[in-house]
Amino acid sequence: MGVYSKPVVFAVLSAIVILVGTVVTVFIPMLMPSTQPVSDYVKPYTVVELEGRDIYIREGCNNCHTQTVRPLRTEVLRYGEYSKPEEFAYDRPFLWGSRRTGPDLNRLGGKYLDSWHYKHMADPQSMFGKSNMPPYGWLAETPLDTRYSVKKIRILDYGYTEEEVAAQIADYRAKVSNPSYDSKEARDEVTPEKLRNELTEMDAIIAYMQKLGRDVKKLEAEK
Amino acid sequence: MKESNYDYEIVPGFTFSALFWLIIGLVVGLWIAIEMFNPALNLTPWLSFGRLRVVHTNGLGLGFGLAGIFAASYYILQKLTRTPLVFPGLAKVHLYLFNLIIALAALSLFAGMNTSKEYAELEWPLDIAVVVMWVIFAINVFATLTKRQEKQMYVSLWYIIAMTVTIAVLYIVNNLEVPVNFFKSYSLYAGANDANVQWWYGHNIVGFIFTVPILAMFYYFLPVSTGLPLFSHRLSIISFWSLIFAYLWTGAHHLMLTPLPEWIQTVAIAFSIFLIAPSWGSVINGYYTLRGNWEKMRSNYLVKFFIVGITFYGLQTIQGPTQGLRTLNAFFHYTDWVIGHVHMGTMGWVTMTISASFYYMIPKITGTALHSIRIANVHFWLILVGQLIWTITMWIGGIQQGSMWKATDPDGSLTYNFLDSIASLYPYYKIRFAAGIVYFVGILLFAWNLVMTIRASKNNPSTD
Repeated sequence: MGVYSKPVVFAVLSAIVILVGTVVTVFIPMLMPSTQPVSDYVKPYTVVELEGRDIYIREGCNNCHTQTVRPLRTEVLRYGEYSKPEEFAYDRPFLWGSRRTGPDLNRLGGKYLDSWHYKHMADPQSMFGKSNMPPYGWLAETPLDTRYSVKKIRILDYGYTEEEVAAQIADYRAKVSNPSYDSKEARDEVTPEKLRNELTEMDAIIAYMQKLGRDVKKLEAEK
Repeated sequence: MKESNYDYEIVPGFTFSALFWLIIGLVVGLWIAIEMFNPALNLTPWLSFGRLRVVHTNGLGLGFGLAGIFAASYYILQKLTRTPLVFPGLAKVHLYLFNLIIALAALSLFAGMNTSKEYAELEWPLDIAVVVMWVIFAINVFATLTKRQEKQMYVSLWYIIAMTVTIAVLYIVNNLEVPVNFFKSYSLYAGANDANVQWWYGHNIVGFIFTVPILAMFYYFLPVSTGLPLFSHRLSIISFWSLIFAYLWTGAHHLMLTPLPEWIQTVAIAFSIFLIAPSWGSVINGYYTLRGNWEKMRSNYLVKFFIVGITFYGLQTIQGPTQGLRTLNAFFHYTDWVIGHVHMGTMGWVTMTISASFYYMIPKITGTALHSIRIANVHFWLILVGQLIWTITMWIGGIQQGSMWKATDPDGSLTYNFLDSIASLYPYYKIRFAAGIVYFVGILLFAWNLVMTIRASKNNPSTD
């Protein structure tokens, strides 16, 4: 057989052989509407939620938490409505995960008050003695870096203007530092005094968690 | 051609790099194994599980696995072509660049610079460095193949060529990203598409790093270390082409019951089942190579590494397609069952085959006998027993957690909350840690044995 004595031909042939399955199952689907459905009810992340999502990625939360509810009876019972493709239209990268050392988070938004999250993130074991989640109290001690926010929004094409980005950040800061904020006490407990009027990484990651699945829940409620 | 004309200098370089990253990766693995039942070990952001797990997988998969593959590839390439490396200087650049990349990879992952896509977590500047390194490797592979003295290319060379080509395609396509700054980027793909690209990559990076080049080692080192010819050349041809054809269709079995279009999942299941055939083609070829000579399992200390290794490969390639079936996947996915599955392949098949390959190459290159065959035997038994306890524990834990997630009371409500299911696994996590220690001791003996062999060769330089 000639090909076994022609390395370059062999390499080209191998490339063709591996590309068949690649083209059919990966490249062609990229162009099909079924892998990139969009829907009016799913809104892009606000800039604070997006910054929170980036912290989620940085800390590798996806190593223990999935974000996709499967269409199985016990799974829907445990987490809520199963995940739909259009929910992930703004997810770059996707964060579906591969192992549940912790529970799925795709329907977490609105399940608990922010105060629950501040306490839980800072010290999971104080709420669940047997939990093996790492503590993330230091996120509340780190101011949120928004220097790249405008650029991020531009790359992801979320469509906010520079003014809208600034306004979203200012609004969220106003919300969490307002004396009438419903989770003020819990936030103050984990946030150092000098950062209480600033946005912290903890504020952002909690904003992100509260976004997860909320569009779907809103749609369900309207039905 | 005389042995001395070959350029083997690069082989010990990659061998000892592999051993170094193996030990680092296992120490991190042991640390996160404790974190799983004792979260107090999440002492600082740098040591928190989410960051360390990635250091563990990259350190072992890329640091140990790739270095081992490069070491063996540079050796096999010269032997099977009967040609010295065309660019030995470039190979040296490859070695230094490789270790620099892995060191920077570890540091950046510790620091949380991480794209989140499994086994492709490195940020874009390191991605570019990896591609440059891969091209440097490929230049030597194809230059040496082109200048070769031996007309026919033996099966190990096919596998090395297939790896060189496929890893390049996989790595580039999955790592296309738009930089925000030097340390952060966003994937070019979104949502279901990103998931599809990622697991096409994720499955095949395992296939073309933990299967294809390890098979290259197996097909070369088993015959040369036993003096027995390969059982069937025809079977190796069929196995090779059907393996590399079918592998690329199967990534979506990692995305079963997710929002990915169902037809892609179903095609992946079908091809996963098909993959049993070429995988077992290699297993059978290995077993039959020993036909009539099974006493070599006892008389030649290397044979048991290869044969037990390929047995784990055989088991792995039955377990994988089985757990990819939709119904079984609904039960096993997201549990520790899959963690057990992965580690049978890596701690069993991959490490055993690389171990024996190193044990074969280093004495040959240095012209010195292995420091101690007895230590090599103890190493074998420790990593075998350690791996078995490790993986079986995870399978049991996976079945338990899967059952608890599915359990309902007569009124249809869930029996267990999530925390019950994870807390019930802590005893298994402790056993897993203990098994990891046994395995780690085996690996320390492995490294020690090779270090002592090299030292002896330096004290008594061979005269040929």
